[in-house]
Amino acid sequence: MDSELLVRLILLLPLFGAVVNGLGPLFVEQMRTREGWIGTLGTAVVVVPFALTAYLFATFDGTPVVVDFFTWMEAGDLSLQFSYLVDELSLIMTLVVTGVGGVIHLYSTGYMHGDSGYWRFFAYLNLFIFAMLNLVLANNLPVLFLGWEGVGLCSYLLIGFWYTDLSNSAAANKAFIVNRIGDFAFLMAMFLLFSQLGSLDFDVLLAEGPQLSQDVLNWTVLLLFIGATGKSAQIPLFVWLPDAMAGPTPVSALIHAATMVTSGLYLLARMSELVLAAEIVMAVIAIVGALTAIMAATIAITQNDIKKVLAYSTVSQLGYMFMAAGVGAFFVSIFHVLTHAFFKGCLFLGSGSVIHSMEHVEHELEAEGHDVSDFDPQDMRTMGGLQQYMPSTGWTYFIATLAISGIPLLAGFFSKDEILFKAFEYGFVGGANYAWFVWGVGVITAALTAFYMARSYYLTFLGEPRWPDADTVHAHESSASMTIPLWILAGGSAVTGYLGLPAVIADGKLNWIHHYLGADYGGPVAEPSLAGHVPLALEWGLIGLSSGIAVGVFLYARSAYLATGVAFDETLSARFGGLYQTWSDTYYWDDFYDNVVVDSLINGLARRGLAPFDGRVVDGIVNGVAGAAQVGSGLLRRLQTGVVQNYALALVLGVVLVIGLMVFGG
Amino acid sequence: MELARAFSTMAADLPAIFSMIVVSVVGLVMLTVAAFRSDHPSIPWLGVAGMVVASAWELFQLGTEPGTAFFGAIRVGGYAAFINLLVLLAGIATTILSVPYLHRLKHDYGEVYALLMYATVGMILLGSSNSMVSIFVGLETMSVCLYVLAGLIREDEGAVEAALKYFLLGAFSTGFFLYGIALMYGATGTMYLPAMAQADLATAGGTLLFWAGVALFLIGFLFKVSAAPFHMWTPDVYQGSPTPLTGYMSTASKAAAFGSLILVLYYALPAERWTLVLAVVAVITMVVGNVMALSQANVKRMLAYSSIAHAGYILVALAAGTEAAFAGALFYLLVYTVMNIGAFGVMALLEWDGREGRVQTLDSLAGIGTDRPVLGVTMVVFMFSLTGFPPFGGFFGKYAVFAPAVDAGLTWLVLIGVLMSAVSGYYYLRVVYVFWMQDRDDVVDARQASLGGLPPVSRTSQGVLVVCAVGLVAMAFFSGGLIEAATGFFDASAMAAAGGGG
Amino acid sequence: MEVALNWYLALGAVLFSIGTLGVLFKRNAIVVLMSVELMLNAVNLTLVAFSQSMGDPDGQLLVFFSIAVAAAEAAVGLAIVIAIFRSKVTVDINEINLFKH
Repeated sequence: MDSELLVRLILLLPLFGAVVNGLGPLFVEQMRTREGWIGTLGTAVVVVPFALTAYLFATFDGTPVVVDFFTWMEAGDLSLQFSYLVDELSLIMTLVVTGVGGVIHLYSTGYMHGDSGYWRFFAYLNLFIFAMLNLVLANNLPVLFLGWEGVGLCSYLLIGFWYTDLSNSAAANKAFIVNRIGDFAFLMAMFLLFSQLGSLDFDVLLAEGPQLSQDVLNWTVLLLFIGATGKSAQIPLFVWLPDAMAGPTPVSALIHAATMVTSGLYLLARMSELVLAAEIVMAVIAIVGALTAIMAATIAITQNDIKKVLAYSTVSQLGYMFMAAGVGAFFVSIFHVLTHAFFKGCLFLGSGSVIHSMEHVEHELEAEGHDVSDFDPQDMRTMGGLQQYMPSTGWTYFIATLAISGIPLLAGFFSKDEILFKAFEYGFVGGANYAWFVWGVGVITAALTAFYMARSYYLTFLGEPRWPDADTVHAHESSASMTIPLWILAGGSAVTGYLGLPAVIADGKLNWIHHYLGADYGGPVAEPSLAGHVPLALEWGLIGLSSGIAVGVFLYARSAYLATGVAFDETLSARFGGLYQTWSDTYYWDDFYDNVVVDSLINGLARRGLAPFDGRVVDGIVNGVAGAAQVGSGLLRRLQTGVVQNYALALVLGVVLVIGLMVFGG
Repeated sequence: MELARAFSTMAADLPAIFSMIVVSVVGLVMLTVAAFRSDHPSIPWLGVAGMVVASAWELFQLGTEPGTAFFGAIRVGGYAAFINLLVLLAGIATTILSVPYLHRLKHDYGEVYALLMYATVGMILLGSSNSMVSIFVGLETMSVCLYVLAGLIREDEGAVEAALKYFLLGAFSTGFFLYGIALMYGATGTMYLPAMAQADLATAGGTLLFWAGVALFLIGFLFKVSAAPFHMWTPDVYQGSPTPLTGYMSTASKAAAFGSLILVLYYALPAERWTLVLAVVAVITMVVGNVMALSQANVKRMLAYSSIAHAGYILVALAAGTEAAFAGALFYLLVYTVMNIGAFGVMALLEWDGREGRVQTLDSLAGIGTDRPVLGVTMVVFMFSLTGFPPFGGFFGKYAVFAPAVDAGLTWLVLIGVLMSAVSGYYYLRVVYVFWMQDRDDVVDARQASLGGLPPVSRTSQGVLVVCAVGLVAMAFFSGGLIEAATGFFDASAMAAAGGGG
Repeated sequence: MEVALNWYLALGAVLFSIGTLGVLFKRNAIVVLMSVELMLNAVNLTLVAFSQSMGDPDGQLLVFFSIAVAAAEAAVGLAIVIAIFRSKVTVDINEINLFKH
């Protein structure tokens, strides 16, 4: 088949789905309840592109294919093409987006069943897939930016999906606005590159970019990274992601775990030639990644909301990926993107299944006359023992938990180990001091990861059920449309790690993903050239160390939580004291933004005018800017007195200003 | 010049003002019909037909070579045709949008539509002027008609207040404007734009006189396009005037004024001395417009401040002063006209009870999107486009005005512009939020407001809005070609065809 | 007696300034309207002076238009003032401030 045609189909099918699912039911009310049609169409327009991508992948011969749709705009020396690029990197990303995306669409047909906004949900999801495909398939920065904005918009729409709940839309606004801060940096980077190189096509950027002066390069990469921190939830712009969990769970799985949040990593991998040339910024990237990883992991230990645990875990894992990018191992960060998409997708969908069944429990309790106003179906403290009621969910959650914890021979083990190894290697062979720090933090974070994931699994699925009347009110397994996706993703969590076997095996020759993506083997992702390598015995030692830590900590957490259940949290709290409190308060980010930025600077003035954007954390910053504007607005408003002569006076003052500037300023 | 020859030359020049003739004659016919029956339903459609004929004519003039007519008083060719087309299309859209609105208010007098036609004639004259005399006549024809239209609903104290403020300040600024023309005339000895550039400002006194005149002259334009600090009338007038006509004021009159200003800057003003003035005014305008819009509860008032902000963006391009920047400004005018007419059009169709437009709060429109999906969806397009969100025309418009300014070395100005347009996201998206993401039952205002019942749906008006929304998307895709075409208006032959002189 | 151009210009400037001050400080809408007329006529004087001294008719041409425009504006303006008086029973422009901020 003609690969150009395939690319067109891959891109346009999701758009078609979004248009049909969105506009049809909007104008024809009878269509809104046709769940079968909407769900089938919505899923098909993602699964078919997946099949087409798989075909492209299988027949790909190593030569990048560029597909020009049409010329977007041509003005002066700027010519922008709607142009798409198929190469190894974009193929892998497209497979993840459509593959995991398709599974999550299937899951959503069950999860959203009976929701009045079913059609809207699928329209948004399809639109999201379309935007995400634009992002990963773009052949130049403007098209990538279009996708980048598009996914942000869809994320906004989907987080605020249940919009009757006010805090949801505050979260939606927060996500949107924080992303805009990142987008602003991205735009600036684009302007900078264009003014220097006169083009934004990837081939030009990657060929000529590294020859730019060091200052320009550093600034560009730094701005790109700031853009990436917004989308990929790194310090200090990470705060939107935990709040974004207000959206429907499939959205959390698709956008806030598997695809959109990894687009920052994709951007860095795509621009790897440039990033490698800006060594100072690489150190920044690695350190920010490491700090984010450990910070989010410690917070995750203290969370009781099952989705919040996974959300902070995602932030932490994204930190890992940035660590990899910061030590020049871009292909490893993409590898971790791939494995993470499977196990985190599986965990989120599993949590959705749990929440569904806990909501069922809530309804039954209500029917029996209990007061359920305090009952939170997402709180792990009221769960427990769910394994016996929902075996599929439990087993898949368990597999994914093992995978993310880095238990040997599952996916997370390989990708995480590779990150740690690359960091170690960059310090050991490359001689970069910050790499040691990154490596150390990475090892500690690995231990924390095993701990909080084990906690989440054992609190949720084992032990005694902790909801009231647990002997009469039972939880139920979810429908097949939800459990089948879980098993698919769990399977992926088990096996995808073998795509990147570590260097100790056959001297790295079996590391498929490295050979596929790496520039040394004709792929698109550059890597630093290091002289020498880590001795084999030391490599084995490192692997042994991290496996030992993962297994040990996991077993420790298992025994602790099996023995004492929720009470162990108090033991922890007592042992770590103020430190635990700090974690539990998410390092006072909320307080910082609230008290320092909002209260002391603008004294709450910002809030009144911006009620819809009310929120707590980064709204603080946002409200800070807006608040300053509001203060200015208040002053200016006083000038707008409504009296016509004051207006005339302003006009005369303007006359004086203009004459002055014109006569004396020229 | 021999009188007979002068008449024959003028007769030969008649096609140059074909659209003005058509529109004014149709306006007279409308007045005549209105004399027999003032609310005859065919009157607005007569006007639409006249303007459609005129726009068809202008459409064919788009590609013609630039030149002058009537002894250098009028400019013909692509540039003038572009501005005229813009004004005429705005007039058509406004007329159609006004029909259900004025009917509901029981103010559907034929004279209103006739006045709209005469305002359009003034704008056409303004946009194709080549001499100070025609600029003045065009500007005043337009303004006097708009004063009347602003106070159309004369039983409403808000409307008459709007008219009074508009009139007093407008007449006041006309004084400065005319004084500026007088000083420029005195310094150069000519009223014709190209001749002005060639005039010899030998003496130092002459130079001072000339630049003081330019400053006063610019003020007249800056007032009409509502640049700060000459903007104070805008929010009050926009809030009080009938909503569809506000849309017309905020778009067509600005398009014509900007079109004329670009001609003056391009042909008549030699040095780049005005760069600093326009840049400073652009900064003040962008800041004031965006910052003030943040705290408005009334959508019309918010849109008024937003239109001030947009004038600021266009001024950025004018400050840059290159041909690419002027072309970008023309494209921005096109995009801005479409999206702003659309936004005011949506608001016009959402007023519960005619006069509520000036008191209707944004909150009272909570959840309106689901009741009026067409209006809701098109409003989302307009708001995103006004914000400058990529898939829509607004983004490309901003790009077209900002990029040439960076090339011209005004990076600091563009930075402020980009920052300010980021700020604008708050108040535009707030509209989207209220329309779609709030529930009527949660908002006190909305529950009370809906008691009177939603205004009836007008299919033709909604059709116009859909066309505007689709147009914004289409403009995004054809932006390259449109900007290219706009650049073509300023090519070398346009310079050569300076012509004129008395 | 030949009067120098500068005298006309000075007179025009003075009249213009008086008109401006009148707009800024008079509270009666009718007086403000008259002040605006004064500004326009000051400009007319300036234009005629320039036109005469340069022997170029264009300036006087513009004056004709300006007079016509001023008449139209006066008609519209008075109508608006009457409408204001009907609804508010005052022509003090400082009391007309329904819209502000």
